[in-house]
Amino acid sequence: MRRVVVTGLGMVTPLGCGVDTTWTRILNGQSGAKKIDTFEVADLASQIACVIPRGDGSDGTFNPDQWMEPKEQRKVDDFIIFAMAAARQALDDANWHPSTEEDKCATGTLIGSGIGGLSGIAETSLLLKERGPRRVSPFFIPGRLINLASGYVSIEHGLKGPNHSVVTACSTGAHAIGDGARLIALGDADVMVAGGTESPICRLGMAGFCAARALSTSYNDAPQKASRPYDKDRDGFVMGEGAGVVVLEEYEHAKKRGARIYCEVIGYGLSGDAYHITSPSPDGDGGFRSMSAAIKRAGIAVSDIDYINAHGTSTQIGDEIELGAVERLLGNAASKVSMSSTKSSTGHLLGAAGAIEAIFSILAIRDNIAPPTINLENPSVETAIDLVPLTARKREINVALSNSFGFGGTNASVIIRRVAD
Amino acid sequence: MSEIGERVKKIVVEHLGVEPEKVVDSASFIDDLGADSLDTVELVMAFEEEFGCEIPDDAAETILTVGDATKFLEKNAKS
Repeated sequence: MRRVVVTGLGMVTPLGCGVDTTWTRILNGQSGAKKIDTFEVADLASQIACVIPRGDGSDGTFNPDQWMEPKEQRKVDDFIIFAMAAARQALDDANWHPSTEEDKCATGTLIGSGIGGLSGIAETSLLLKERGPRRVSPFFIPGRLINLASGYVSIEHGLKGPNHSVVTACSTGAHAIGDGARLIALGDADVMVAGGTESPICRLGMAGFCAARALSTSYNDAPQKASRPYDKDRDGFVMGEGAGVVVLEEYEHAKKRGARIYCEVIGYGLSGDAYHITSPSPDGDGGFRSMSAAIKRAGIAVSDIDYINAHGTSTQIGDEIELGAVERLLGNAASKVSMSSTKSSTGHLLGAAGAIEAIFSILAIRDNIAPPTINLENPSVETAIDLVPLTARKREINVALSNSFGFGGTNASVIIRRVAD
Repeated sequence: MSEIGERVKKIVVEHLGVEPEKVVDSASFIDDLGADSLDTVELVMAFEEEFGCEIPDDAAETILTVGDATKFLEKNAKS
């Protein structure tokens, strides 16, 4: 199979617009959480979220007008605008702007979302009830469909290769990158624009996840303390929004055009829990098998792993189940691994989480630094694994693994490695 | 331009994001103003909203230019 490398990165997160802004703030231990002030939350158990800072584009703020025409923005939900921003950043970063028919046809798109246009569906269903079907916009469907993130990005940049999408709840972003890499490895494309995007912060989204008892509810007055993976006082995840997109490229293709190579995607594993719709299997076997499959595919030993970006959402049961699975996987190698949950800073971006976390793993390799698990003041269990509490840790990182687990018992693990010069 | 014509023009400018000077009576929504078939459906909905009238599908199919819209609405507008 052909080798696949990463040559471009892009993101919009609750810490800011852009990879550099987000990464700097992650390493500084900042949190993107705040009290929700864009809709009524008084009757919601969880009243906080990690929200993208909107603004004029200065100081790392997100200005949608820089990424999509205002008249186009009206037609779509935010997850599509976030994807447009992250994709253009990634393509610019990779300096890949295909202009010939051959290059366009060799470049595909695979951007997923966990839920898609939830707020647009909520608002339009009210409109339908109050004013009838004639008031429903012709852009209602295309502006909400999950694969329209890929659709809009492909149209904007003229990408005529595979046009695909993934919907696997909170594993979406990891599956998109893993599947995108496979399309290149198997020769369906030379370049793939892959990632995840999500805009779930609306009353319906909050109400739904509150009802599933998934969200943090004890920190409404201290939002930045709420996302605290592995800490004994954690009580649920903090909803997030945003997008992460990478440019994946066949190794020789990247070398030939002199592209800057961040790292190689060497392993990808998938598994199913076959246990419960929202709870992970208590023995952590699903996560264990997805990590094991990725390691087998990569052809490395578990002791080669330096850094793990955990799924670690800050829920009561999920964090320890994952930790147990990682301990079982690593065995005696546990003490040399650093594992952190950047969701402590970003919140949980659902379908975008796996994509932004793959990017953080890539940057951890680039900069030889493990991003911190902020708010980890009192770990709920003892472990030999370094959970990178509170502050980032400088250390050698050549191989990183990123985990994503989703509702429906869907698990994905991606392994990346530094490419020797 | 009539008062209705001015209101039509304002809606077209807003929805299609075009320069106001391009929105003349003879301008075709699709050929001159860059609209696609979905844009034209939405435009008709916006006219219905603004002028408080219903534009049946068979009538909507005959509204191809700014002038067509103005003419139809001068006859059928309720608000």
